Amino acid sequence: MVEQVSVFLENRPGRLAELARVLGDAEINMRALMVADTAEFGVVRIITDRPHEAREVLEQHGFGAQLTPVVAVEIPDRPGGLADVLETLSNRSISVEYAYCFVEPWGEGAAVDVLKVDDADASKVLREAGFSVLTSEELYASDAG
Amino acid sequence: MFQPELEAMSRADLEALQVERLRRQLANVYERVPLYKQKFDEAGLNPRSVDSLTDLADVPFTVKDDLRSAYPYGMFAVELSDIVRVHASSGTTGQITVVGYTAGDIDMWADMMARTFAAGGATPDDVIQVAYGYGLFTGGLGAHYGSERLGALTIPISGGNTKRQIQIMRDFGTTVLACTPSYSLLVGEVAADMGIDIRDLPLRVGYFGAEPWSENMRVQIESALGIKAIDIYGLSEILGPGVATECEHQNGLHVNEDHFLIEIVDPETLKPVADGEYGEVVFTTLTKEGIPVIRYRTRDISRIVPGDCPCGRTFRRLERITGRSDDMLIIRGVNVFPSQIEQVLAGVPNVAPHYQVVLEKVGSMDSVEVHVEVAPDFAFDEVRELEALQQTVCAEIQQALAVSVRVKLVEPKSIERSEGKAKRVVDLRGEQEGA
Repeated sequence: MVEQVSVFLENRPGRLAELARVLGDAEINMRALMVADTAEFGVVRIITDRPHEAREVLEQHGFGAQLTPVVAVEIPDRPGGLADVLETLSNRSISVEYAYCFVEPWGEGAAVDVLKVDDADASKVLREAGFSVLTSEELYASDAG
Repeated sequence: MFQPELEAMSRADLEALQVERLRRQLANVYERVPLYKQKFDEAGLNPRSVDSLTDLADVPFTVKDDLRSAYPYGMFAVELSDIVRVHASSGTTGQITVVGYTAGDIDMWADMMARTFAAGGATPDDVIQVAYGYGLFTGGLGAHYGSERLGALTIPISGGNTKRQIQIMRDFGTTVLACTPSYSLLVGEVAADMGIDIRDLPLRVGYFGAEPWSENMRVQIESALGIKAIDIYGLSEILGPGVATECEHQNGLHVNEDHFLIEIVDPETLKPVADGEYGEVVFTTLTKEGIPVIRYRTRDISRIVPGDCPCGRTFRRLERITGRSDDMLIIRGVNVFPSQIEQVLAGVPNVAPHYQVVLEKVGSMDSVEVHVEVAPDFAFDEVRELEALQQTVCAEIQQALAVSVRVKLVEPKSIERSEGKAKRVVDLRGEQEGA
């Protein structure tokens, strides 16, 4: 499992910019960012190299931030790659609450899919099916380079 | 029950007694207090024409300013030689209000406070530590005389010096504590610092009043001190403590209706409302001699708890004070007290009890938006959890207020915190109309 930083944001102008500036000033790099929003509020989900520090610095600046366990799975960057992953989960009745993808900056055309699932066994299931489930270390491994 | 023949009398007998006492009191103040003569004359009221409780609606109200401007003795209804004690309350404006008591008033007051202690389960075998302040404030001496009248061992320790309070509590075997609710929590904390767990002491019941407190605070006090916490009510303009008290069922405060006539009125129209509806609490002292007050507007908001109490007292119950009439909002014709929202939020998980109400005009309609903070530890990662929370809060508030509202969830700790009168309401309706 990988720890994602989730931030509750009211929909008001400049709030997302403030969040980004706080992380930037703390020299925290974001690997991926996804905003789920309604008319009145949004939840910002961030994959970063230092989730604990990110949460701390955000809370210090008055943001409501939490760490959420998510599954990061590497998928071949080809048509049907994501479908294979999702079918593996649905065959085991594991529900996906939400998902988003980003392309690995270090890999060879591979993408990473971030999944919020309702079953702690999801990582195991995916590994057994032959998928490469990333640990935090693997996900951020390229940062040094 | 300290006076079962009175506290459990039939409603018919009680009403007959009230009417008789009311007629006597109205004639008394008309004759002896110039302000009442003036008010009654201006209203064209002949005090002798009042011969039922319904007629009370024709009698003019008394407000805090009447007492203030009579400073110090202008509202007294007896010669100063017949006054044996005064108390005074300091107003927020700085002008103090003076109340005078005859020997008869002091005697009646002792009975009222003895009723209070007995209602919460205290007996002559108890050791009562009176930690309300003694002095011009009515709390200390009021509780003191009641405790003695009950026949309990009375410790007149007054407020403050908390470590000494706790030593005496332990050494004297105190079983009953009378103080403000916030002070009781401090006593618990200081005791813990001293290495004493109050729950190990014989203390078993506390009588708390003189400041507003909540049901949540009751839970906190009862678990921290290992006692039963009884809510008591009174105000110096009427008597001091002893106007109303909870019994052991802790569900509303029995008003000593043989001495204090209670009405609940709509703060806008000043018309009496039915039992069970919220409004401003109004008292008339039926027997007070020193400084009788007629239809005194307390500014406290509450209601009569409907139904009978299993304790057998026939005196109606006043619900815990929920707010001040100064805070009342009228939204689409419905009276709303912001404190009702606070009570709702206290019962909903995953939100903080901090809120702000924003009122706007949309066309000719009032629009209400309630901003509510998401609790910092709520797992808000999923939007549908947030939406469900929003809907729950909205439904609960609408149920309590009988007004439809929009609920906006806001970030944790984003609503301004302040002690005392927090800015709970932002009313933009007037500005928009003027614009």
